[in-house]
Amino acid sequence: MNIDISTGKDRAAAPPVLRIAHLYKSFGAHHVLVDFNLELQKGESVVVLGRSGSGKSVLIKCIIGLLKPDQGTIMVLGVRVQDAKGESLDQLRAKVGFLFQSNALYDSMTVRENLEFPLRRHWMRLSREQVNERVLEALNDVGLAHTIEMMPEELSGGMRKRIALARTLILKPELILYDEPTTGLDPITGKEIIRLMTDMQQKYNTTSLIISHDMNCVKIAGKRIVILIDGKCYADGSYETFCRSSDARVKQFFE
Amino acid sequence: MQQETSIKLFLAEAGDLARFSARFFREAFRPPYEVAAFIRQCFVIGYRSLGLVSLTTFIMGLVLTMQLRPSMVAYGVASQIPAIVSIAVVREIGPVITALIFAGKIGSSIGAELGSMKVTEQIDAMEVSGTNPFRYLAVTRILAATLMLPVLVLLGDAIALYGAYLGVNIRGITSFNLFWSQVFDNLSFSDVLPAFIKSYFFGFAVGTVGCYKGYSSRKGTEGVGRSANSAVVVASVVIFIIDLLTVQIAEAIGIN
Ligand SMILES: Nc1ncnc2c1ncn2[C@@H]1O[C@H](COP(=O)(O)OP(=O)(O)OP(=O)(O)O)[C@@H](O)[C@H]1O
Ligand SMILES: [Mg+2]
Repeated sequence: MNIDISTGKDRAAAPPVLRIAHLYKSFGAHHVLVDFNLELQKGESVVVLGRSGSGKSVLIKCIIGLLKPDQGTIMVLGVRVQDAKGESLDQLRAKVGFLFQSNALYDSMTVRENLEFPLRRHWMRLSREQVNERVLEALNDVGLAHTIEMMPEELSGGMRKRIALARTLILKPELILYDEPTTGLDPITGKEIIRLMTDMQQKYNTTSLIISHDMNCVKIAGKRIVILIDGKCYADGSYETFCRSSDARVKQFFE
Repeated sequence: MQQETSIKLFLAEAGDLARFSARFFREAFRPPYEVAAFIRQCFVIGYRSLGLVSLTTFIMGLVLTMQLRPSMVAYGVASQIPAIVSIAVVREIGPVITALIFAGKIGSSIGAELGSMKVTEQIDAMEVSGTNPFRYLAVTRILAATLMLPVLVLLGDAIALYGAYLGVNIRGITSFNLFWSQVFDNLSFSDVLPAFIKSYFFGFAVGTVGCYKGYSSRKGTEGVGRSANSAVVVASVVIFIIDLLTVQIAEAIGIN
């Protein structure tokens, strides 16, 4: 059942890429995450579904160490995120890509400088040619090589999202966290982004955690879906099983 | 009741600002140093305020001289105009006007820039890209502001005095050499030194308040505008407070 087809090995034997156990996070009296649990195996692509304000962004900010959880354990690639500091945290972050909900492109820098930033910051030993090569490769992956000298403000929303995706992919991360990759885009552009994401997933064999409430995205990208309600992992299953679910709180997403 | 909460808010804000400056000292003098970003900020911060500082200090020197002239003539000490003007400019007006202009130009742009970087998650993006954003953004700007303002003050003083020289020559004739020798004969070490030292503190205040306001910016464009605005207001008030404190301290240690 848990057999990886490509290698024939028992997947459960390998340590999970991401393991979240009993995660709690509150802001004052507002309990956002309450005993949240999740495990991701290598190569898996999981969508976390939840309503606006349910704490999806808080969840992935905890995973990358931008927010400190109140309680619980987050293990990423075998490292406990809460205990990692300084150098070791940076090393971990170099292996984890993060696509921000708002893209977070540096608007004082050109597209090229945006892409170079994580490269130069994480691997200071790359030569000029290697950096250029990587930047062009990442831009070609998202089909925007011609924008290399443009400023982010000159790009459309969909192009900005793709540049942000290229900036996330440039480090060839082992785990990618996507925060609502299709929000604010028209359905067609949204589908393009999702297709790009699944292509990259296959090309670099990454593990993905996708936050979304866009059903298109859920349908295409998520072989496995986790529903976040009341700060908990309320349900975990495939698209088909959820479509047939009789649970009222699950059904509201799939109508 | 209302007053009580606003006093509390003021104290909370002052506490946060103090904590922010403390963080600067904790982070600034530990490697890795962001040398390239620091040099770029020095250029940006110094160069961008150059024109405005030159213009305002020039006009101020000129106008100050013309305004002083009638009374000086009435007291029969018109020849003392360069001496009086140079003391006023070097000790007080030059540093304070330059610092206020600097607060308006640089404080607001730091507040708006960091504020919009904060609300669009660019600061978070830097952090996950293996960069300490506090060092990369705040420390470099605060250091650059601290080091550049004294340079601008020196320049502003010189330009203001040149304005004064032109002002003297509008009615009456004083040669260039005579004017400057009168200026330098009158200025002593104790006129220049406290003024120079306090402009470091002015620069530090502008940089710190700007970064603090940007960092604590609230979501939305309105939040960014408000941080830019309050960066200027708070920095200007802090400049006057520092001005008051330095004159007291200089008095106390006998270099006033
Ligand atoms: N820094 C913070 N301080 C206080 N409360 C916060 C903070 N960040 C998030 N919250 C609160 O946590 C809750 C969840 O926020 P979060 O941004 O994770 O929602 P979300 O599920 O990502 O929603 P959306 O789909 O709109 O992005 C919200 O109610 C929000 O008010
Ligand atoms: Mg969100």
